[in-house]
Amino acid sequence: MMKKLISTFSKVPLNLVIIIIALIWILPSVGLLVTSFRPSADVAASGWWTIFEHPFNFTWHTLENYQEVIVKIGIGKAFLNSLLITIPATIIPILIASFAAYAFAWMEFPGRRLLFIILVGLLVVPLQMTMIPVLRIFNKLGMAGTFPGIWLAHTGYGLPLIIYLLYNFISGLPSELFDSSSIDGATSFQIFFKVVIPLSVPALASVTIFQFLWVWNDLLVALVYLGGTPAVAPLTVRISALVGSYGQDWELLTAAAFVSMVLPLVLFLGLQRYFVRGILAGSVKG
Amino acid sequence: MRTRKITPWLYITPAVFLLTFFLIYPSIYTTYISLFNYNSEKFVGIKNYLYCFTNEIMLTSFRNNALWVIVFVPLTVFLGLIIAVLVDRVKYESIIKSLIFMPMAISFVGAGVIWKFVYDYRPASAAQTGILNAIRAALNLEPLPWLIQKPWLNNLGLIIVGVWIWTGFCMVILSASYKSIPRELLEAARVDGANEFKIFWKIILPLMKPTLAVVATTMIINVLKVFDIVYVMTNGNFNTEVIANRMYKEMFIFRNYGRASAIAVILLVLIIPMIIINIQRFREQEAIR
Repeated sequence: MMKKLISTFSKVPLNLVIIIIALIWILPSVGLLVTSFRPSADVAASGWWTIFEHPFNFTWHTLENYQEVIVKIGIGKAFLNSLLITIPATIIPILIASFAAYAFAWMEFPGRRLLFIILVGLLVVPLQMTMIPVLRIFNKLGMAGTFPGIWLAHTGYGLPLIIYLLYNFISGLPSELFDSSSIDGATSFQIFFKVVIPLSVPALASVTIFQFLWVWNDLLVALVYLGGTPAVAPLTVRISALVGSYGQDWELLTAAAFVSMVLPLVLFLGLQRYFVRGILAGSVKG
Repeated sequence: MRTRKITPWLYITPAVFLLTFFLIYPSIYTTYISLFNYNSEKFVGIKNYLYCFTNEIMLTSFRNNALWVIVFVPLTVFLGLIIAVLVDRVKYESIIKSLIFMPMAISFVGAGVIWKFVYDYRPASAAQTGILNAIRAALNLEPLPWLIQKPWLNNLGLIIVGVWIWTGFCMVILSASYKSIPRELLEAARVDGANEFKIFWKIILPLMKPTLAVVATTMIINVLKVFDIVYVMTNGNFNTEVIANRMYKEMFIFRNYGRASAIAVILLVLIIPMIIINIQRFREQEAIR
C-alpha cells in the first residue's frame, strides 16, 4: 500500500511534464476552433481565451463566419474542388502502383533490380526539379489549369512512395501462395486479383490515406499546375490567398482553415492505425 | 509462376511511363535549361549558378535553410524521442500520442493560419489577441512582432511551426523502435543500480541509433524542401526566404526559367547525399531478405 502510494507520487512530475507538453501542442488549435465561432467584433476586441472566463455561457458563439466563408468567399466551392482533385488523384496512382509492385515483387525480368533502385532514388527527388518542363508540356497540351492534368501529376509524383510501400508488403507475402495458385493453372492476372489484392488490403488502406492526405494538403503542385482560378483552385490555394487578402479577419481565416481540416481530421482519427502502419513501413524496415 | 516474357512489362509499363514523364525526363531537362537564359533560348553557361551563389537574397535563403537544418532537425528528433520515452510510462499514452501526431494530418497551410494567429501582433496600446503577445502583456512586456523581427526571431518562429507539425512523425517512429527494446534489458540495468538517465544515455540511445539516423535523414530532406510554411506565413519577407520559395518566385513571378532551374538543381544536389543513403539502406535490406 505504502509502496504503491510512493510510486504514484513519484509519477507526479512525469505526468505534469506530459500534460504540459500536450497542452502546448493543442492550445494553438483550440484557439483556431474557438475563434472560428466568435463574432468578428469579439475577435477584434479580446483574446479567444476570454470565453473561458464564463465557461457556462455559450451565447458567444455564432455560425456566421462559416456561412460567410463557405458561401460568399467560396470556400464551399474550393472544398468541392479539393474532393474532385483528391479522389481520382488517390485511386489512379494506387491502381497503377499495385500492378507495378506485384511485378517487382514476384516476377523475374531483365532490369528489375536497376529499375527498382532508380525508383528508390526517385523517392526524394524534389518536385521543383520537374515543374518547368511538365508545365511547358501541359501548356502545349492545354492541360494546365485542368483536373486531369493535376490528377496525372499527382499520380506521377505519388508513384515512387506508393510502389515502394506496396512492394514492401507484397514481397513479404508467403511464396507458397504463388506456387500453389500457379499449379492450379491460374494466370498471373487471376493471382493478382484473387490473391494479392485481397491479402494486401491493410497495405492498400495505408497508402490510400497517405496519398489522400498528401493530395488534399498539397499546396505547391496545385499552385503550379492549377493556379489560383476559383473555378478549379483547391482549399489550400484559396486559403493561402485569403491569408494575404483577409490578413486581420481572424474569424474568417480560422473558419476557412477549419473547413479544410475537417476531412483530414476525421480520416486521421478513424484510420490512425493504418496511417501509423504506413509511416513505419516507409521508414524503418529490416 | 507461369508467366510469359511480356507479362511483367504489362504490369510495370504504366508506372514506368508516368515516372519517366513526370520525374526522370523533367529532371534531366531542368538541368539542361539551367544553363540557358530566362526563356531557354540563349545559352549562358554557369551564369545562373553564379547568380545563385552571389545574389544577396539567394545567400539569405541558403543561410535560412541551414538554420532550419541546425534547429529543426535536432529539435524534432529530440522532442520526438523524449515524448516517445515519457508517454511509454503512463496509461493514457495513446491519447497523448494522437494529440501530438494530429498536426501531421492537417495541411501546412492550415498550420500556417493557426500559428499566424498565435504570433498575432498589435501595438502595445491595443488588446493583444495573439496568445504569445497576450502572455507578454500579462508579464508587462512589450509585444513582439514575432514574424517580422529579423534576423533570428522570425525565422525561429517559422521553424517552431515546422517542429509542431513534424515532431509527431518522429515520435511515432521512435516510439515503435523504443518499444522493441527488450524490457528485461532495462530491468537488468535498474537492478544493477543504474539510474534512469544513465539507462537512457548508455542503453536506449545506442540501441535506437539506426532509427534515429533514419528519422534525422527524413527530417533533413523535409527541411531542404520546406516551402508551404514560409509561403503562407511570410512569403519570404523580412529575411525569411528559403530555397524552395525562391525557386517558386523565380519560376512564377519573375518568369526566369533559367534561374529557377538552377535553384532546383542546387536543391537536388543538396538532397543527393540523402538519395545515396536511401539506396544503400535499400540494398542492405535486400541483402537481409
